[in-house]
Amino acid sequence: MTEERIIRSDEQAVFDLRRLYQRYGYVRYKMGRFEEYDLYVRNKDFLVSDEVITFTDHTGRLLALKPDVTLSIIKNTVDRPGAVQKFYYNENVYRVAKGAHSFKEIMQAGLECIGDLSGYDIAEVVGLAVRSLGLIGREYVLDLSHMGLVSAMLAESGLSPAGQSSALAFIHQKNGHELKELCDREGIDPADAARLGALVDCCGPAAETLEWLRPALRGGEELRAFEEFRQLCAILEKSVGGSRVRVDFSVGNDMKYYSGVVFKGYLEGIPASVLSGGQYDKLLAKMGRRSGAIGFAVYLDLLERANSAEEYGVDTVLLYDPGADPAALSAAAETLAGEGSLLVTAALPEQMRYRRLMRMTERGIEPVENR
Amino acid sequence: MKTVNIALPKGRLGEKVYQMFRAAGFDCPAIEENNRKLIFENREKGVRYFWVKPSDVAIYVERGAADIGVAGKDILLEYRPDVYELLDLKVGNCRMAVAAPESFRDFVGSTLRVATKFPAIAETYYNKKCRDIDIIKLNGSIEIAPILGLSDVIVDIVETGTTLRENGLIPIETIVPISARLIANKASYKFKNEELRAICAGLEKQVNNND
Repeated sequence: MTEERIIRSDEQAVFDLRRLYQRYGYVRYKMGRFEEYDLYVRNKDFLVSDEVITFTDHTGRLLALKPDVTLSIIKNTVDRPGAVQKFYYNENVYRVAKGAHSFKEIMQAGLECIGDLSGYDIAEVVGLAVRSLGLIGREYVLDLSHMGLVSAMLAESGLSPAGQSSALAFIHQKNGHELKELCDREGIDPADAARLGALVDCCGPAAETLEWLRPALRGGEELRAFEEFRQLCAILEKSVGGSRVRVDFSVGNDMKYYSGVVFKGYLEGIPASVLSGGQYDKLLAKMGRRSGAIGFAVYLDLLERANSAEEYGVDTVLLYDPGADPAALSAAAETLAGEGSLLVTAALPEQMRYRRLMRMTERGIEPVENR
Repeated sequence: MKTVNIALPKGRLGEKVYQMFRAAGFDCPAIEENNRKLIFENREKGVRYFWVKPSDVAIYVERGAADIGVAGKDILLEYRPDVYELLDLKVGNCRMAVAAPESFRDFVGSTLRVATKFPAIAETYYNKKCRDIDIIKLNGSIEIAPILGLSDVIVDIVETGTTLRENGLIPIETIVPISARLIANKASYKFKNEELRAICAGLEKQVNNND
């Protein structure tokens, strides 16, 4: 049954992801359940949700049930010129999921690479993001954007600072009509407005999308960021294949923390992104650090929802009568367990979904129903 | 061809919007029959429509039950769903406005009491103006709140202004123009990209024809 699944269960995913990250030299980061609230409140905007469960410990310190892992990992690393530190984790975090009205325990896996990042480190992390998706689902895609490039184009556009932040929100929503209205309202030159419009329209396979965007670029920071982005996409094309990686500038919506590549991963059958990450050097700078950092998180709670739609609970149910011989039953179970998942039971559980139903009789195993 | 699930808002606006889909080549004859069904499919065109409460369209799309849908800008601003907003369909035009009794004078020295169905929109608007407000969330008949002294002003959708006038209110500030928008689920946009783009392009032509 496992082979036929379109999306793997969260437990299998954790196991496979851990092996993948270890293979690339990432070491496990294990964090405590609590962290000082101050760490989160100072970097509130970096969190997926700013609502945190807090409590006071016996010494009067205000603690939080961890809503995030990245901030703790950063806190526990030091700047070492020329070196990078690589960590992976799988931890439960506690936060209010979007659209929900209460806190949830969410299983999250991911990795962080912190230090003097090279082009290789960045490509390795993004490549691992693609490979992570491949371990979980059959149909997947990783959308990439570059906040350095988007910020440079916004800065060049002539929009006011408030206008730039609205424009970024419109690009994030693929809302070309309101982006155009904003540019008209702020009296932006139509050529400049069209350049920003290209960031909404431009999405698709990396190489051809970037080639399409190239003529719209001007010198300086735009070209530097573009070249960095183009090189990354070229490396990914060779390492993980071009068909799974797309350029889409709607990915990033935060110029405060993210400085370079940002990305989101989608699996067919799950309505929201299951993987999210990026290069967040600006967060480290804000925390007084010199290092760069890139990482991503995989939201494993979303996989559970996809798997709940699974057609069958088990491959085989083997029913037996109360007087059945345990030794014969054990031998039959050994045989059937080799053919897929198996439930041996005296009474069929309510609403049990199975592929085939068998019964243990004096004559041996007999089929009752095949679906 | 993958089937595209489309959530339309029940009511006059939804019917108008369906006519745009139909003119764009995505018709579904079953929807035009007079019955109480809520889901209609045209396999040949690869579309499945369903009627939902207008304020629920964004939820259906955000959670992937619908790949695309049509929602008012008021709903998108109020609930901020994580969806793509692909097109302004330029139908269902109205505006979100502040309205008050004709005799109203804003004494900035006191907290302004605002009755509304749209607390997030009202809060964002007055936060930008640094105005201290007390939001009173109501679910309907907003116009009577100032008459009964429940609030100083209201924040609500104004189409022609007739209801306001009949209740002795006048619009005093426009917050944002409102119209129907085509929205898309983010994951659907990746995995049904060709189909969604074709529908979007067809509708864009209809919008331009209507202009």
